Amino acid sequence: MPTTYTNPRFPFRRPLELDGKGGSARVVIVGAGLVGLTLALDLARHGIASVVLDDDDTVSFGSRAICFAKRSLEIYDRLGLGQKLLDKGITWKVGKVFFGSALAYTFDLLPEDGHRMPAFVNLQQYYLEEWLVEACTETGLVDLRWKSRVVSVDPRADGVRLGVETPDGSYVLEAEWLAACDGARSTVREALGLPFVGQVFRDRFLIADVVLKTEVPFPTERWFWFDPPFHPGQSVLLHKQPDGVWRIDFQLGWEADPEEEKRPERVVPRIRAMLGKDVAFDLEWVSVYTFRCRRLERFRHGRIFFVGDSAHQVSPFGARGGNGGIQDADNLAWKLAAVLKGTAPETLLDSYDAERIPAADENILHSTRATDFITPKTEAARAYRDAVLLLAREHAFARRMVNSGRLSLPHAYAASPLSTPDEEAWAGGPAPGAPCLDAPLADGFLLNRLGNEPVLLRFGENASPAVPGVRTVTVPAEGIAAERYAASAGTAYLIRPDQHVAARFRTPNADHLAAALARLWGREPAEAAREAA
Amino acid sequence: MLDTAPKLADPDAVFVTLVRAHHDLSPEESRRLDAALVLLLANHIGDGAVLEQAIEQARRAVRAPTGATEDQGTPP
Ligand SMILES: Cc1cc2nc3c(=O)[nH]c(=O)nc-3n(C[C@H](O)[C@H](O)[C@H](O)COP(=O)(O)OP(=O)(O)OC[C@H]3O[C@@H](n4cnc5c(N)ncnc54)[C@H](O)[C@@H]3O)c2cc1C
Repeated sequence: MPTTYTNPRFPFRRPLELDGKGGSARVVIVGAGLVGLTLALDLARHGIASVVLDDDDTVSFGSRAICFAKRSLEIYDRLGLGQKLLDKGITWKVGKVFFGSALAYTFDLLPEDGHRMPAFVNLQQYYLEEWLVEACTETGLVDLRWKSRVVSVDPRADGVRLGVETPDGSYVLEAEWLAACDGARSTVREALGLPFVGQVFRDRFLIADVVLKTEVPFPTERWFWFDPPFHPGQSVLLHKQPDGVWRIDFQLGWEADPEEEKRPERVVPRIRAMLGKDVAFDLEWVSVYTFRCRRLERFRHGRIFFVGDSAHQVSPFGARGGNGGIQDADNLAWKLAAVLKGTAPETLLDSYDAERIPAADENILHSTRATDFITPKTEAARAYRDAVLLLAREHAFARRMVNSGRLSLPHAYAASPLSTPDEEAWAGGPAPGAPCLDAPLADGFLLNRLGNEPVLLRFGENASPAVPGVRTVTVPAEGIAAERYAASAGTAYLIRPDQHVAARFRTPNADHLAAALARLWGREPAEAAREAA
Repeated sequence: MLDTAPKLADPDAVFVTLVRAHHDLSPEESRRLDAALVLLLANHIGDGAVLEQAIEQARRAVRAPTGATEDQGTPP
């Protein structure tokens, strides 16, 4: 059905292992999906080579993720793909929610200027994956192996032994470290027998991507209807994508027959009812989904990390699946790179669990609440839901309860073992653990100055002591950056390689900064002191 | 803390007002009305803990088997 995109086919190349050579790698990534490719590219940007195994020979087929949140865009900007996303993607920040045929309320996700990245960009997942494949290949550090299915996983104390099946035969690959990015039906997770439990939502959704051939009066906004006249009793979501494609998401209810609902004879009338009889369109992609929220108890199992959908799944309301997985990769890459280079002790890797499990829980919480609001399970739940929507027209307090998906925001690693808690009083600014805020500078944007190594962000010339071995970025003590960071002359932020805040000081001194840096690398302060001596 | 001490000057009038609010509403509208009232009042109170205490009291009242309460009361 897709007419706007043709999946590339990547060639299978016979690996050395089939001729009795090779056989080991420091890092193996299972799954060249959105998350596996992001992790491979991030590792490569840190100079770390990886082998990526994928059972298929192409990028995501058909429509999946389309909404990429600001934080993901900032991560891809760090990885060198930000401009491509901006150029091709559809930028939006306004959402409208309707109840029946009336507007219930409007929200603006990024009301302030001075950020390089918008609140959201809509882009078909396959484009992003295709660019990731190109970028990975260009680094020369990613050994992408298509048509290579992992069939067995044997965890050991110092690595993992994998069985890999290819069209030319099977081989064994020994990995020092393994990242399981093999999606919701993870083979690695199943091989380890790890329970993956949670909540299934008793509802079905029809996802139709359509190419419109007639002008329609929809602006570039996210529109969500509760109980619209064209689809009574259910919800509908509308998003614009590149290539003139629109995503329409119809709630169907649990009783719907998924096979029946996918047939064009059923889908076309639904779309006609919505867009009007006179709108001409082609069906690009149709699918019926049910959703669930669940996660693994732990994401690190010795030498194995679960990253992305293999570790956690959420409902799509809030666009937290892909965006959450991208942040997992962003969190793991610099840590694994540092351990492989010997910059940090292995214990740094435990912070992946400490930071990403609360992040997954936050995503699951929001996505569960949104799903409960969208699919009321009882008469009482529906009455409250409808009352909120009715009150929302007039009352701000009720607008804040309308939940058509709380859109993905980055998780602030509030209780991170890598953060140094504030000792001074702060009125605003990103707290330790939070992602850095962007701000305009005279010559570009702040986040672009930070890179992927620890950085000391200083406000005002020569104000704070430098930290040996850490690059310093100095910005004016007055202006938008200083305001956003609640900074004055002398303020210094120590920034992690993933552009989250590690520590901040109004009156920094060399000892505090050194201790915070040791902590950022997962080193006990005592150990750091010993090393320094 | 949820204050359950009698506070209304004219409780009969308040009772009638609440019942009258449902006048000529369908059962579905009635449900929505109650929900809307609860939401407005919950926001007015502005304290999640008080709301939880009220829910607990209300559930206890609704779930208690009839006749099982300690103070059976005497008809006036
Ligand atoms: C309808 C829909 C809409 C969505 N919308 C959004 C959205 O707007 N925003 C958002 O952020 N997220 C969205 N998501 C979620 C998003 O698509 C996923 O979270 C994301 O694809 C997860 O990426 P991943 O790399 O972890 O897994 P996947 O993309 O599933 O990739 C897993 C890869 O592993 C490979 N693989 C599996 N098993 C093996 C094996 N044994 N050996 C080798 N390779 C293997 C697969 O071939 C695949 O390439 C949506 C999902 C759906 C279904």
